[in-house]
Amino acid sequence: MEKTDQEKNKLVREVADRKYEYGFTTDVHTDIIDKGLNEEVIRLISARKEEPEWLLEFRLKAYRYWLTLDMPTWPHLQIPEIDYQAISYYADPTAKKKDGPKEIDPELMKTFDKLGIPLEERLALSGTAVDAVMDSVSVKTTFKETLREKGIIFCSISEAVKEHPDLVKQYLGSVVPYRDNYFAALNSAVFSDGSFVYIPKGVRCPMELSTYFRINAANTGQFERTLIVADDGAYVSYLEGCTAPMRDENQLHAAIVEIVVNEQAEVKYSTVQNWYPGDSEGKGGVYNFVTKRGHLRGADSKLSWTQVETGSAITWKYPSCVLSGDNSQAEFYSVAVTNNYQQADTGTKMIHIGKNTKSTIISKGISAGKSQNSYRGLVKVDARADGARNYSSCDSLLLSSTCGAHTFPYIDVKNDTAIVEHEATTSKISEEQLFYCNQRGIPAEEAVGLIVNGYAKDVLNKLPMEFAVEAQKLLSVSLEGSVG
Amino acid sequence: MLEIKDLHASINGKEILKGINLTIKDGEVHALMGQNGAGKSTLSNVLVGHPAYEVTQGSIIFNGKDLLALKPEERAHEGIFMSFQTPVEIPGVSMVNFMRAAVNAKRKYLGEEPLTAGEFLKIMREKRKIVELDNKLANRSVNEGFSGGEKKRNEIFQMAMLEPTFAILDETDSGLDVDALRIVADGFNKLRKENTSAMVITHYQRLLDYLKPDIVHVLLNGKIVKTGGPELALEIENRGFDWIKAEIEA
Repeated sequence: MEKTDQEKNKLVREVADRKYEYGFTTDVHTDIIDKGLNEEVIRLISARKEEPEWLLEFRLKAYRYWLTLDMPTWPHLQIPEIDYQAISYYADPTAKKKDGPKEIDPELMKTFDKLGIPLEERLALSGTAVDAVMDSVSVKTTFKETLREKGIIFCSISEAVKEHPDLVKQYLGSVVPYRDNYFAALNSAVFSDGSFVYIPKGVRCPMELSTYFRINAANTGQFERTLIVADDGAYVSYLEGCTAPMRDENQLHAAIVEIVVNEQAEVKYSTVQNWYPGDSEGKGGVYNFVTKRGHLRGADSKLSWTQVETGSAITWKYPSCVLSGDNSQAEFYSVAVTNNYQQADTGTKMIHIGKNTKSTIISKGISAGKSQNSYRGLVKVDARADGARNYSSCDSLLLSSTCGAHTFPYIDVKNDTAIVEHEATTSKISEEQLFYCNQRGIPAEEAVGLIVNGYAKDVLNKLPMEFAVEAQKLLSVSLEGSVG
Repeated sequence: MLEIKDLHASINGKEILKGINLTIKDGEVHALMGQNGAGKSTLSNVLVGHPAYEVTQGSIIFNGKDLLALKPEERAHEGIFMSFQTPVEIPGVSMVNFMRAAVNAKRKYLGEEPLTAGEFLKIMREKRKIVELDNKLANRSVNEGFSGGEKKRNEIFQMAMLEPTFAILDETDSGLDVDALRIVADGFNKLRKENTSAMVITHYQRLLDYLKPDIVHVLLNGKIVKTGGPELALEIENRGFDWIKAEIEA
C-alpha cells in the first residue's frame, strides 16, 4: 500500500491504457463531407438529409447567430482552442458505394454487436428498443413497428422530420432555443442524427427506449439532436449510451436533448456516458459539450435525469428542468468520475415556476489522478412558485492528492414560501477504510470498487436494472489502480 | 500456531515494540494487559499488517508461514481476524455486500467456488443469531450509524462469518455495557473451536471472567515484562500495574 508516486502512476497508466474497451475503429466506407463550416456546408447537410425549407431556415438563423457569439469562458475547465474549420460536420457510414449492395453494411451490424448492442430484434436485450447512431446517421432503430401499434413514435430525428414534420416543427427548439447558448446555436446549425420519441396521451411505453451513440470517423464532430415528447398521462423510460475510438486528436460531441413533459406525464432519462476519455497523459478524448433540458409543462408532471459520466476528456453539461406545471416534480441524480487528466464541469438547473413544485438534486463527484471535477448547479424559484421545495446534496470523493473537486451552487429565490436546502461534503477514501477491507480479506482494488460503488449507490439505484450492473462495473474499471 | 521472536516495530519513525517474544499454541487464549501506550494495539496492528507500522527487526511465524511476507488480505485468508478497537464506517456499502466480498475472497484464495447469493444469505442468518445481531443492522451500511455496542457486536458477527483460527480482540469490551459484554463474550465462546486461538487485549478483568485466558502477559514500554496464569489478571485488577513496575526496577 505504501507505493511511491511513480509506482502509482505506472499502475494508473497501465489501467488507463488497457481498460477502455471500446477504443476500436470500424473499417467501413464513410461518406464524409469536406472540413469547414459555412452556409454552403449547412445547405449541403440539409440537402443530404432532404429537409424541408423551414428547417434549413432554422439552421441558417442559428448559424448566423452563432457567428456573433464567443465561446463562454466561465466554466472551471481548460479548453484548448477549437478550430471549427478543421472539423467535418457530416459523416455517413451508411452511404452506399457506387454499385454496392443495398442493405446495411454487415461491418456496422458487427460493430454494434461488439458494443453489446445487437441490432437484430431477436437478439436484443429483453424489453429494450434501440436507435443506433454512428457518426452523423442513424444506422437502425429496432422495435419501431411494435411500438407503432401503441401509437408510440420512436425513430431517428431525420426520419421524424420526413414522417412527422408537424410534431417536429411544433417542438424542435421549444425547450432549448438556438439562442440559448454558444453550443446550442452551433448544434442547431449543423445537427445531424439523434432520436425522436413521441408517447401519445395516456400511453405507458412498454419498453425501455434507448439510443446508442458511436463516433467512428476521424476528424469529424458529432451533433446529436434528440427530442422526446410525453403527452398527457404518458410514461417513458429512456436511456442513452455512448463510446468512441481511441485517437490522439480530440473530437467534439455537441448535443441538444429536449424533453417535453405534459400534464401527469412522466419521463425518466438516463445516461451512461463513456466517450473515450483520452490516454493517461491527457492526449486525445472527446469534448462532450451538451445542452439537455426538460420542460415540465403540465401539472403533476415528473421528470428525472440520471447520469453516470465516466468518459470524455472534457464534460460540460447541465441537464436541467423547467418546472412550469403546478405540483410538477423534477430529479437530478449524477455520478461524475474523472481520472488522469479528465475535466468535468457538470450539474443541473432547476427552475421553479409552478406552485408546489419540487426538485431533488443528488450529485456525487469522484476524482482521481490529476483530474478536475466540478459540480455547478442553479436552483431558481420564481416569484409565482408558492410552496416550491428543493433539496440538493453534492458530495465529492477524492482518490488522489493531485486532483481537484469544486462545488459552485447558485441559489436564486424570489418567493419566501419556498424551502431550499443545500448540503455538500468532501471526503477521501481513508487508509482506515481500505485497511478494514483488507483485514477482512478484500484486496485493495476490489475494496476501492466496493467503496466507490457504495458512495454512488443512491444514484446507481435510479438506473434501470440491467444498466445499473453495467454502470457499477464501469465505475470500478474507470478507477482501477487510482488508489495506491 | 503463532511464534513471535524479537519483534521490533515503529510508527512514524518512533519505536514502539522493543523486542517482543511470544508463542501462542493451538487452542490457547492469551490476555495482553498493560497501560495505554505500552504497545498492545501496535502488536495487534503489526500482526494484521497495518501499513502505518514498520517492522524493523524480528520475525513472526504463523502456522509455519512467514507472516511478515504476506499482504494483509492474505493474512486474513490464512485465518487471522482482528476485532477492531474502533471499527471504521463505510457509507453506502451494505454489510451483506461487504461480507460477501470478504467470504468469497477467502474462498477464492483457498481455491473454492464463490457462494451463491442463497447459500450466503443462509449462512449469514445463522451467524447473525449467535451474536443476536438485528437483521436491520445486517442490512445497513458497514458500521454506519451503529452505536458503540452494535459496532463491537458486528465485529464478532464478522468473525463468525470468516471463521478464523486466530482472533485478536482489541479492547472489544471498551464501551460495552454488562449485557452487551455478555453477548459478545458468549458469541466468541460459541464460535471457538478446539484449535482456535486468541489474543485478547483488555484493561479489565470482567471480559476475562467470560473468556478465561490460559496465559496472561503484561506489556510495558514495548516489552513483555511479566507472564502468568489467570490469577495475574486478578492481581492487576486489585493492585494496578505499579507493583510490576517496581518489581522490574528493583
